[in-house]
Amino acid sequence: MSPTVDFTYTDEQLELRGVLRKYLAAHSPESVVRELMDSAGGYDRAQWKDLADQLGLQGLLVPEEYGGLGLGATELGVVMEELGAHLACLPFLSTSVLATTVLLSADGEAAAAWLPGIVAGEVTATVAVTEGRGAWDPAAITTEAVPACGGRYLVTGVKTFVPDGHTADLVLVAARSGGELLLLAVEADTPGLSRHPHSTMDQTRRFATLEFGGAPATPIGGDAAKALDRAHHVALAALSAEQVGGAQRCLDMAVEYAKNRFQFGRPIGSFQAIKHKCADLLILIEAARAASAFALWSADADAEGLPLAAAMAKVTCSEAFFRAAADNIQIHGGIGFTWEHPAHLYFKRAKSSELLWGDPALHRERISRLLELTV
Amino acid sequence: MSQPRIDEDEARSLARALVADLPPARTPVRDFLAAQFDRGLAWINHPPGHGGLGADVRLQAAVNHVIKEAGGPDAFEINPIGHGMCAPTLVVWGTEEQKRRHLRPLFTGEEIWCQLFSEPGAGSDVAGLAARARRDGAEWVADGQKVWTTMAHRSSWGLLIARTDPDAVKHQGLTAFLLDMSAPGVEVRPLYQLTGEAEFNEVFLDGVRIPDAARLGRVGDGWKVVLTTLMNERVSIGGVIPPRGSGPIARLVERYRELARTDPATARLHTGAVADLWVRAEVLRLANIRLSQLRTGDTPGPEGSISKIIAADLNKDVYSELVTLMGAEGLLYESYDKVRPVLAMEYSTPQKAFLRSRANSIEGGTSEVMKNVLAERVLGLPGDPRADKDVPWRDIPRS
Ligand SMILES: Cc1cc2nc3c(=O)[nH]c(=O)nc-3n(C[C@H](O)[C@H](O)[C@H](O)COP(=O)(O)OP(=O)(O)OC[C@H]3O[C@@H](n4cnc5c(N)ncnc54)[C@H](O)[C@@H]3O)c2cc1C
Repeated sequence: MSPTVDFTYTDEQLELRGVLRKYLAAHSPESVVRELMDSAGGYDRAQWKDLADQLGLQGLLVPEEYGGLGLGATELGVVMEELGAHLACLPFLSTSVLATTVLLSADGEAAAAWLPGIVAGEVTATVAVTEGRGAWDPAAITTEAVPACGGRYLVTGVKTFVPDGHTADLVLVAARSGGELLLLAVEADTPGLSRHPHSTMDQTRRFATLEFGGAPATPIGGDAAKALDRAHHVALAALSAEQVGGAQRCLDMAVEYAKNRFQFGRPIGSFQAIKHKCADLLILIEAARAASAFALWSADADAEGLPLAAAMAKVTCSEAFFRAAADNIQIHGGIGFTWEHPAHLYFKRAKSSELLWGDPALHRERISRLLELTV
Repeated sequence: MSQPRIDEDEARSLARALVADLPPARTPVRDFLAAQFDRGLAWINHPPGHGGLGADVRLQAAVNHVIKEAGGPDAFEINPIGHGMCAPTLVVWGTEEQKRRHLRPLFTGEEIWCQLFSEPGAGSDVAGLAARARRDGAEWVADGQKVWTTMAHRSSWGLLIARTDPDAVKHQGLTAFLLDMSAPGVEVRPLYQLTGEAEFNEVFLDGVRIPDAARLGRVGDGWKVVLTTLMNERVSIGGVIPPRGSGPIARLVERYRELARTDPATARLHTGAVADLWVRAEVLRLANIRLSQLRTGDTPGPEGSISKIIAADLNKDVYSELVTLMGAEGLLYESYDKVRPVLAMEYSTPQKAFLRSRANSIEGGTSEVMKNVLAERVLGLPGDPRADKDVPWRDIPRS
């Protein structure tokens, strides 16, 4: 018997949501998002540091022994939802979800070396796994790590679509040494690492190609395959909560507009075509919330069930967010198609989230394997 | 009126003669289009002298096909709003003098046209528009704001609808005008869309003087003029008949084949979706052929909305799948540099096409509103209760 899922929020979790919502309303309004969207780095280091000083969220998943909050995946979901609703331009998914999860599976030395800096908002980090088309597939990794002196390695290979790869201070790169998969820490200013930021459709989330040409690297220990697997699923669960937050914001925008926009002498929300579109989104988002919360809960309480739960969440939340963002444009009519209106920012985020780490078709395939439905 | 005086073979041989006399490769575009107009092959259903031969409208497809095969220019692409919407409206509503003055340079692309219907407060409900035109002797004075005006920044002329009687019920107080876009008081400001480009604009009218000779149709007939334009717009957007498997679906299939070569396991996950989209594209093509063969009059009926709705959904879905097939590469975008394009409807890269196609279910009338038209005008279902009927326009509730 697996433990029973609990979808209710504690008072502390609700308070966390309230505090963060207020913080983001003040520090990450649309005007700031648009400014950062156009900046080279894509986020503001001072703001990142301020978030650490004020709320300490960078250390959300980090145990107290490293200075973190030691909270769980449900709290992570609360945070991701708010970040998604505001399209906050912060390296949170890369630093505080991916890299942090990987470091928590590493040996104590690496964790002690890096986590306090991350918690303090002084170090940003990312994980470089994907190659080629960008699928998360550790078995297909070709990047190589060759032993050098002093327990260090030299890494050679190309990683694509590394989240925040152009700004991260620390890159945890997955590479192969002989038959063995390793995770190695590479500092960003290391000679032998060149970084090429992509020009992204969703300008609020950045990726880079990282070229390692014999870059010196320190292995972080632990079971790399396991650590990557865990990071992948936790990141998918976190992403699904971000998608829920974005979808909900799209629905809120659409409903607000449908109440106030008059055509034919009536609010457009009084036309059933629009009313039903909104109700359909409510239904989709409700389902997405359940799928996402279940994945987050599984991350803490049911490691065995996590891969299935994470894949279900990826499929459900990707589709809900895309629909919500697309319908939000449609419900706004011409104004929803303009640069000046925020609807497109969510639409681009929705597509980029749908494709990140595997599209729904890929995750359906994974689900069918997990359910042993393949013939 | 359009009597089918020539048949398809004759139309084709006239088109062959055109491309033989003026080989597209060696003829300047404008000269070619001028000759096409003068030979009555521009809009073959128009009367002689106005770009046509008074022939059956369905013969135009045969003419276009021959010209396209020979590498000839596409007048529609150069001046889409003018060609697809303003010209058919002019030919129905224009005086002899107006037709003679405007149709030829419109067709050759010498004079680009835009459509000044929508306003901030009047999109779907375009009959609720507020831009005013007041009579002043032999002139009219226009004030107000138009919005989403595609290609206004390149236009010499605009088809303007303005309110001439705010005390009449809303459909009756409107009048159409041919607006000289270079007239004093016309200001065009770019409006950027989510692709980063400004195909469309805001157009401000401030005390713009329009001669009464530039009025299109009678005073108060503006709504009838609008209907002519919108019917043609729907056909012009949704009713193109491409060869089987061409256009957006060809791009999708090509991308799929490439993926099948490089990453068959991933391609397999998308086979069903691609086949489904291919079927939808092909069925739309067949439906368009069917509708065009059944069409008799010069002005298409509300059935045109069927093609437009299908095409909008299909386009959006095809381009979304195209970006999906690219994997993470689909997350990239060339550049959001703000530009004011020369041609409307840029679908160059898959990502740009993906973003641009979102407007397909909004531009030229939203899919929701067109379904209302189908339900009420084709199926005869009762309309919504109306708060804006039988009341003077100035008393209608608005936001
Ligand atoms: C790319 C682009 C190019 C354009 N080019 C031109 C141009 O050149 N010239 C021009 O005049 N206009 C142009 N338009 C404007 C276009 O015709 C309008 O955007 C469209 O008619 C919708 O009007 P709106 O934007 O005001 O939306 P609204 O009318 O405010 O509609 C908002 C939402 O309400 C829905 N709605 C409204 N009424 C009803 C109803 N009765 N029943 C059910 N649902 C309803 C709509 O479907 C939509 O989803 C262009 C638009 C776009 C996007």
